[in-house]
Amino acid sequence: MDLRLGAEQPTEEERSAVDGEVGSGERHRLLPVLHALQSRIGWISPGAVNHVAARLMIPPAEVFGVASFYGMFSLEPRPARAAQVCDDIACLIQGAAPQHPHVGCLGLCDRWGQPPALHAGRLLYRVGKADPASLRDYIRHAGYKALAKALEMGPDSVIREVLASKLLGRGGAAFPAGKKWQAVRASASPTRYVVCNADESEPGTFKDRVVMEGDPFAVIESMTIAGFAIGAECGYLYVRGEYPLAAERLTHAIHEARAHGVLGGNILGRGLSFDIELRRGAGAYICGEETALFNSIEGYRGEPRNKPPYPTEAGLFGQPTLVNNVETLINVPGIVLDGGAAYAAIGTAYSTGTKLYCLSGHVARSGVYEAVFGATLRELIEMAGGVAGSGRLQAVLLGGAAGAFVSPQELDTPLTFEGTRAIGASLGSAVVMLFDDTVDLKKILLRIAAFFREESCGQCVPCRIGTVRQEELLDRGGQDAIPILREVGQAMRDASICGLGQTASSAIESALNRGLLHE
Amino acid sequence: MSDSPSPLIPIPRGPLPAIPPPPERRLVRIAIDGQAVSVPEGATLLEAARGIGIDTPTLCYLENLTPVNVCRVCVVELEGSRTLVPACSRKVEPGMSIHTDSERVRLSRRLVLELLASSVDLSAAPAAQAYLERYAAHPERFGPAASTAAQPVKIDNSLYVRDYGKCILCYKCVEACGVDAQNTFAIAVAGRGFEAHISTEYGVPLPESACVYCGNCIGVCPTGALMFKSEFDMRQARVWDESSQTQTDTICPYCGVGCTLTVHAQDGRIVKVTSPLDQPVTNGHLCIKGRFGWQFVETITSDTSPPTPRVAP
Repeated sequence: MDLRLGAEQPTEEERSAVDGEVGSGERHRLLPVLHALQSRIGWISPGAVNHVAARLMIPPAEVFGVASFYGMFSLEPRPARAAQVCDDIACLIQGAAPQHPHVGCLGLCDRWGQPPALHAGRLLYRVGKADPASLRDYIRHAGYKALAKALEMGPDSVIREVLASKLLGRGGAAFPAGKKWQAVRASASPTRYVVCNADESEPGTFKDRVVMEGDPFAVIESMTIAGFAIGAECGYLYVRGEYPLAAERLTHAIHEARAHGVLGGNILGRGLSFDIELRRGAGAYICGEETALFNSIEGYRGEPRNKPPYPTEAGLFGQPTLVNNVETLINVPGIVLDGGAAYAAIGTAYSTGTKLYCLSGHVARSGVYEAVFGATLRELIEMAGGVAGSGRLQAVLLGGAAGAFVSPQELDTPLTFEGTRAIGASLGSAVVMLFDDTVDLKKILLRIAAFFREESCGQCVPCRIGTVRQEELLDRGGQDAIPILREVGQAMRDASICGLGQTASSAIESALNRGLLHE
Repeated sequence: MSDSPSPLIPIPRGPLPAIPPPPERRLVRIAIDGQAVSVPEGATLLEAARGIGIDTPTLCYLENLTPVNVCRVCVVELEGSRTLVPACSRKVEPGMSIHTDSERVRLSRRLVLELLASSVDLSAAPAAQAYLERYAAHPERFGPAASTAAQPVKIDNSLYVRDYGKCILCYKCVEACGVDAQNTFAIAVAGRGFEAHISTEYGVPLPESACVYCGNCIGVCPTGALMFKSEFDMRQARVWDESSQTQTDTICPYCGVGCTLTVHAQDGRIVKVTSPLDQPVTNGHLCIKGRFGWQFVETITSDTSPPTPRVAP
């Protein structure tokens, strides 16, 4: 490519930051390179962009286009360290002052008041018990038993068990995990990828962070089992940029696993080859959308792709790709060890296994709660010590900003995929955020609307402009605004490219439908 | 040249192998608005609908560019699909049943047009204007305080202007500047959400960017956001009159490629140059010479008398 670069030259420090991360010199190194510049220099300068462009052979306009997409990168000088004070909904109701610009949820909603609660079942039993930095300790707590068993069983048997478990994806869409595994396994292409979606960014969600920080080896082992089962040699672990501790612990876990022969070449002496590359997001909620995540890894703007083709046919680098969320993946070792049928016996006929919930807001003990599918919303709230604040519940936000508000009359809803669907809600990212009767719900809805406006990638018209109009109409209020608001919502739901736009009106419409929004 | 076979090239004995016939494109049967149609495998829903005379609106779609399906004005209802699907890029599959004019389709199309018209100046986009009327769009209902993309016009060179207050972010200019035509990559989409915009690196003026002034971005722009400086100046002076203009096809005189030019003239003076999209040599794309190098036609007369360029009617 014949690049034309600007006149600005990089400083020595910028040159060194870039050159240390360039690696193979391919475009997919762009995000790590930009991270290196941001963290070492404090901003991404024109001279640095010229150097990145020359080293990675990417036109400077495109380097700029990618860098300007992410909230964590600055294209003008700013101090290397910048404090971020979350002003998203969970913190807003605790008295956080609105920031300009807004600071999106940092996934620390369990830190209000007392130490975060943890109610562990079969998934979280190692968290807080095993040393997250020690592979030895992980193995002492039954770690890597499942990989060893999977290698004995063979790939097809592993997939059979995952299918038999009826495990549904925990990322929000509830797609049968086994079907994805089967589809990628059956692909004719010799190159396949495993991608672990650890870009947990839904406001009020922090369960995957707790897993990654508390049990990082479980994520690595689960990805390795997936790689073995579908026949992939390479996995990408895409961790939310705002989760530095999780990224640090996972990086350490990857190094430890490689050093002890359970990751890399000839795993457990069995000739299996599978390695994992960790990628850090850079402040873009949309990159949790699987195809936007691929573009982000590949060094492009995190804009979702049109589907079909689906990731199982053409995903990362155009190859068949298995994408699973962190929570989905860490269910796999248990399925391999106990068998799919035993797993399917837990929970309800359709929603099998256990589920991690993120309780926050006006609840007595916020934190992550693991419960068998089928527990009701009321039981879950009681597990967490009941309603805090005024003690009088106004509404519960279920599933996150892309989820729905449910009213106190709906607390006996069983928390299953089918149970929540029956009341026009969804489990989404398993946010359970409580609001007492002192909260001005309109403020909360406005903050949610601002969230979607700020996080829309801007690619398609319904979402790019619809999220702006939604916020304006909500702010304007009044009876004449409501029908327009509903039409904007329908167009976003029907005509947006991806799940972000399709659910950007969900929480607001749920509040309208339940009469929770008082003008 | 000698008739003896070259020792380097083995000559096959016996009859020459026959060239295999091109693979037949299988036909796929689908239903459009209840009407059964057969369309070649690999065709899009847009092609299938246009094939039976259904006029599907498009803004970001153009025959000579890769579909990006971002404007969403072409959406249709596909039975069994949770959401509407973009006709411009969705390929036909056997047994599909689509509806191109259902309530849901009309609502989304109307809203897309209202959202655009309430934020962007569509006064130089006749196609969009016609769609607004066709779908009875009322962009003014978002109120006078609705945010817009209004901003000053960028004039940083003598050949073309960029008025991003008219930009609907259809990505066409980025595609034409990139792999779909020019491979220059002077511009890209920058920023995110409502702040997303077309930009050079750090927004530097075009003369400092990689731009080679092929003008192919102008050729594909559907809203007049990218415009010949000549047209922009005439519009500012309120003398731009498309109804009085002539369009004359000719061949570019500069090099041996032989690109077809369409010369647009008003009052006997060239006002801009385009190339037909269906022209096999250009696919609608030109270079700086063909696109902008016509001033010599007007400088052949003396400075004292008004120029009388010769343009065939």
